[in-house]
Amino acid sequence: MSSCDTKRPSRVIDRNALDDLLGTLRSRGYTVIGPRICDQAIVYDEIQTTDDLPVGWTDEQDAGSYRLKKRGDDALFGYVLGPHSWKKYLFPSAQRLWQVTRDGEDISLSPEGGEEVNRAFIAVRACELHAMAIQAKVFIGSEFVDPTYHVRSKNAFTLAVNCGQAGKTCFCASMNTGPRVDGGFDLALTEVLDGARHEFLVEVGSEIGAEVLGTVDSREARLEDQHTVDDIVANTVAQMGRSVDTADIGDLLKRNHANAKWDEIAERCLSCANCTMVCPTCFCSTVEDVTDLSGNHAERWRRWDSCFTMDFSYIAGGQVRSSTKSRYRQWMTHKLGTWHDQFGASGCVGCGRCITWCPVAIDITEEVAAIRRTEVEDATEPLKRGA
Amino acid sequence: MGRKDKPKLAVWKFASCDGCQLSLLDCEDQLLDIAGAVEIAYFPEATKAVQPGPYDLSLVEGSITTPHDAERIHQIRRDSKFLVTIGACATAGGIQALRNFKDVREFARIVYASPQFIDALNKSTPIADHVKVDFELRGCPVNKKQLIEVLSAFLHERKPNVPTHSVCVECKRQSIVCVMVAHGTPCLGPVTQAGCGAICPAYCRGCYACFGPKETPNVAALGCWWHDELDVPYRDVVRALRTYNAVAPPFEKESVRNEH
Ligand code: SF4
Ligand code: SF4
Ligand code: SF4
Ligand code: SF4
Repeated sequence: MSSCDTKRPSRVIDRNALDDLLGTLRSRGYTVIGPRICDQAIVYDEIQTTDDLPVGWTDEQDAGSYRLKKRGDDALFGYVLGPHSWKKYLFPSAQRLWQVTRDGEDISLSPEGGEEVNRAFIAVRACELHAMAIQAKVFIGSEFVDPTYHVRSKNAFTLAVNCGQAGKTCFCASMNTGPRVDGGFDLALTEVLDGARHEFLVEVGSEIGAEVLGTVDSREARLEDQHTVDDIVANTVAQMGRSVDTADIGDLLKRNHANAKWDEIAERCLSCANCTMVCPTCFCSTVEDVTDLSGNHAERWRRWDSCFTMDFSYIAGGQVRSSTKSRYRQWMTHKLGTWHDQFGASGCVGCGRCITWCPVAIDITEEVAAIRRTEVEDATEPLKRGA
Repeated sequence: MGRKDKPKLAVWKFASCDGCQLSLLDCEDQLLDIAGAVEIAYFPEATKAVQPGPYDLSLVEGSITTPHDAERIHQIRRDSKFLVTIGACATAGGIQALRNFKDVREFARIVYASPQFIDALNKSTPIADHVKVDFELRGCPVNKKQLIEVLSAFLHERKPNVPTHSVCVECKRQSIVCVMVAHGTPCLGPVTQAGCGAICPAYCRGCYACFGPKETPNVAALGCWWHDELDVPYRDVVRALRTYNAVAPPFEKESVRNEH
């Protein structure tokens, strides 16, 4: 996965060519992963052809609610985002790190090798590309490189899609992460549905992308095709369901550590952790050591964890954040504020998943706005601990 | 480890359906390993052989529902180095704790021909209300993987990996589509402790809370949401909370509050 500075579609393909393209990826050894319908939602799973895509379906989303709906056409990518994100492949929810076996006096330790599955990710959206870049910074962007993340991301092929519509919970426009893809892909498509016309405008983002595209029938893009992309993206921006005023946001949250709003949110929040689990940038994990009954075999596992669990902040005899208030505050402050201090960018890409998939509809955009509205500067105890 | 070094295991039964003990017998592949790792000294469900105490580890199933059992549990505690309660009956009073909301003598009069011979306490209570318990393993029934995890942890003197967070975390780790958000199905997962592997959501059902309240459960907020957004009548919120863990304090409090 590498990006060139190609900001314009250069070729145009039809659905048959897209099927051929998926075939090329498979023949090059990729496991092709894309959107498909499962249990009344659009999830990411293995696909074979474009027939597996959610053809003619869309998703209607709002805080705490997600429903599939039929569209009036055969759009392949006419939905927004589902509950899954690509982190389930790049940062699996449960991963064995190593195992150790004892045989008499012999002890043998076997670390898990980097898994050599090459995946092609189909229909990655702009916010998701940004989320992948953010997680890559966490896992492989410093001197401490997570070897499994490294292998998984290095070997991935990314076929991005410009969003042709936005959902009610989307706010990528205000986070500057979409809806137009701006790098980090091998190929990027824009789906054009206009009467009988059903085509895909293709931008090339890498050499391997160009190679793969070269194996299928395509025609050259015209100037009006480029305008078509601009129009589609502009229309998507206009549909954006939510927004966040990001001005001064890190300091805003720091200043409002003692805002009474946090107590109100805590009355509604279930501390269920769904928001962090669905968030494509949340990277926290817990490490568990397990032994078998004989004691001759032990394994170390890494699992997704969340700042909403009590165990997360357990240190030598107690929890640092035992109240739900402090846990919600930690989550939002990290996403929007302290992430900047830690990684030099926002931890939120505005995908809206935490809003849709919060079982009780707690909305990060609404809560930021509420904090802004009710700002109270409590200069006397700016960092009251443990509350 | 020589055989004489093996820790002695006892399995006790109080008011219960035997389902949790059966989970132990259901450990098929690992049953021989268990028998190899511990000496089964008292387990009437599995073997007639009975060895006297003291025992290194007692697994206790069932709740306290009679004056006789309220005495018996103290002797078991005295005979046990470690005492682990297994299942919703032992950890929360079980389904039989539904009696706690009524007068048990009334039931006895209706059910039994000679109710004067029934010597039952008015309330079904968890073991921890009577004696000190070293670890509580939740579930109705317990999950056998968790049971083996507790036994392994005991044998190797480490903390068991038994998380107390929500079922939602298990859902999401397994990529299960949320039934509440995507289908509008009421689900107790956000207030329920993990451990089952999110079996019900995996089959597109709401969670029934077999594993009882999770850490810091916000049952009131979930009940409100069910009522206001999912059109569940308060009467059904009460019913959903009154199953296997009906008198676990966070569930009892909320079901009582919603009764009116
Ligand atoms: S904000 Fe919503 S999803 Fe997140 S922990 Fe609270 S209730 Fe759960
Ligand atoms: S915080 Fe919410 S909106 Fe932002 S990236 Fe995470 S899930 Fe998406
Ligand atoms: S918001 Fe919470 S779970 Fe997500 S990365 Fe930050 S600390 Fe971790
Ligand atoms: S299905 Fe139930 S347990 Fe699973 S995430 Fe949704 S609310 Fe939580």
